[in-house]
Amino acid sequence: MISIVIFCVALVLASLLFAKNVRAIMANIKLGKDLDRSDRKGERLSLMARVALGQSKMVVRPVSGLLHIIVYVGFIIINIEVLEIVIDGITGKHRVFAFMGGFYHFLISAFEGLALLVLVSCLIFLIRRNVLRIKRFFGNEMTSWPKTDANLILITEVLLMSAFLLMNAADTQLQALGSEHYTQVGSFPISRHLVGLFGSAGETGLIMAERGLWWFHIIGIFAFLNYLPYSKHFHILLAFPNVFYSKLAPKGQLTNMAAVKKEVELMFDPNADPYAAPPEPVGEPERFGAKDVTDLTWKQLMDGYTCTECGRCTDVCPANITGKSLSPRKIMMDTRDRLDEVGKGIRTAKKKGVEKFDDGKSLLRDYISEEELLACTSCNACTDACPVNNDPLSVIVDLRRYLIMEESKAPAEWTGVFTNIENNGAPWQFAQADRLNWKNEA
Amino acid sequence: MSELKVPTMAEMMASGQQPDVLFWVGCAGSFDDRAKKITRAFVKILNKVGVNFAVLGTEESCTGDPAKRAGNEFLFQMQAMGNIQVLNAYEVKSIVTTCPHCFNTLKNEYPELGGNYEVKHHSQYLQELIDDGKLTVEGGEFKGKKITFHDPCYLGRANDVYEAPRTLVQKLDAELVEMKRCKSKGLCCGAGGAQMFKEAEKGNKEINVERTEEALEIKPDVIATGCPFCMTMMTDGVKLAEKEKDVQVFDLAELIASANDL
Repeated sequence: MISIVIFCVALVLASLLFAKNVRAIMANIKLGKDLDRSDRKGERLSLMARVALGQSKMVVRPVSGLLHIIVYVGFIIINIEVLEIVIDGITGKHRVFAFMGGFYHFLISAFEGLALLVLVSCLIFLIRRNVLRIKRFFGNEMTSWPKTDANLILITEVLLMSAFLLMNAADTQLQALGSEHYTQVGSFPISRHLVGLFGSAGETGLIMAERGLWWFHIIGIFAFLNYLPYSKHFHILLAFPNVFYSKLAPKGQLTNMAAVKKEVELMFDPNADPYAAPPEPVGEPERFGAKDVTDLTWKQLMDGYTCTECGRCTDVCPANITGKSLSPRKIMMDTRDRLDEVGKGIRTAKKKGVEKFDDGKSLLRDYISEEELLACTSCNACTDACPVNNDPLSVIVDLRRYLIMEESKAPAEWTGVFTNIENNGAPWQFAQADRLNWKNEA
Repeated sequence: MSELKVPTMAEMMASGQQPDVLFWVGCAGSFDDRAKKITRAFVKILNKVGVNFAVLGTEESCTGDPAKRAGNEFLFQMQAMGNIQVLNAYEVKSIVTTCPHCFNTLKNEYPELGGNYEVKHHSQYLQELIDDGKLTVEGGEFKGKKITFHDPCYLGRANDVYEAPRTLVQKLDAELVEMKRCKSKGLCCGAGGAQMFKEAEKGNKEINVERTEEALEIKPDVIATGCPFCMTMMTDGVKLAEKEKDVQVFDLAELIASANDL
């Protein structure tokens, strides 16, 4: 009875805490600017089915792609077992689904197979990261926390899978002893080989071990659930909406800024009154481009929280490959980290009754340097490589827009290019009148 | 050398004619010495086939692509709206261009600003001429040669055009060899995003050197491109590697034109 109460309390607390943290992330994402991505729903659904559910962009790299699919499929299917554990926990029963007989045995056997595969895959992942030291897992942005985060996720999964298998092994032994509470469901293909680990433990010892592992497993899952919002592992949830709301336009197409369009149209309008008083500004003047996360769209912010830090973008970035400081992964992580900071700041300010949050910092410069921004060739290798369809390039361009249009901060060569385009319609200093000279040159 | 026939839109309009397609030459194609050869090669093909085309000539202006990628949206839209006024005044419906940057901008970014045209890259246009039987290509001097195609980012990844350029190379009876990073995985030449017009940021290698090394690894006779900026970058890369005697860099239009002795 006490265990039922403890279990229910843990379940409710874990769910509430998780909901609270997810709501905070949602609120942070909503700090972004509006963007309409409600069109072409059918296309979006099929994209989500292919890229998020089908992992089509993961298998571009076959080794990590395949291992990831194993962990991912395993993770989802084994969750059916968690459902039983939760019902057991609430009702105080043991293996409530056992009434399914042969089918139950088949299910648990399959889960065990998957658990072993997941366990092995996670071990290989740990080796790739820490022993083989694959290049894309390193880099300036992969400092203490991102590195620890990745290892923690893998170790947790190894522990959870181990607990599941060991728990079944102890259970098998208890069944053999005819222990009261333990339903006769037979032994399972993987755990049966682990029974020996419990040696000559008596019934009491075995029950303690089985219950201990059971609690470890389920509390571990509750804890892991609540770890997600603090981790890159949150991608297991956000990957789906993030892919659904992908940019569907050709990759080369950048947005045409509406605020600029209004002004340019006015300049081209022959009927516009040049002496007309500008309309009274309403609220804060609109900023051209992005200086901070709140100048980005909600989708760009969601990208940050969806980033899995896999580094496939950085690995194919021509700037990064040739030693420049730009790393598209860092752009995404910086966006997320700054958004976390701004979100917390806004909530704290609200509690204190302060109307506006300003910590004197911004995404530009405090997180992302001009040098990084200026190194981008806009080649779209990063957006092509991203398995969750993030768009680091759009963030780079928006930050560049702020640099150029609000601060007039361009490298001297670019200033020359702008002047040339304005004056003679070409980035170089050639007269527009000479534009057809090639016709008569041999 | 025979005179090129390059009518302008203004001349056409004055004589009451409407071309079937506008050839958008682009800034590089108009002013860059190496790129001008690509422009001339493409016009030679158009002349040979007898395509009813025109250029804007001195009425053409930068599409605004480098300004936009650099972050100068204002300048981009000024250029775009100016160009759209000219294009719409001439009732242009169809455009072909030898520059993937112009191609991308005209095709994807102009419609929202009032410029709706059917835009093709010259690789697509040449392939259509061949498919329609209007242009025949004999292998000529490139028969059996090893040719690799460097995908321009703004043609490939940006607009998913991978096959047309390769079909053209194969029409030359040449051996098409692929670099390790090709098609959607192709490595940028280093010129995009307005990098063409400035020094690279601090690093340990130039991007065009990295890309050229990759191309040279497969020992091609020719590196083919479809972009005047890739042309500059790859040509410089080959020179830097002192391989200009063994490896030539050509645009697709030049390959087709030379194969036809144009």
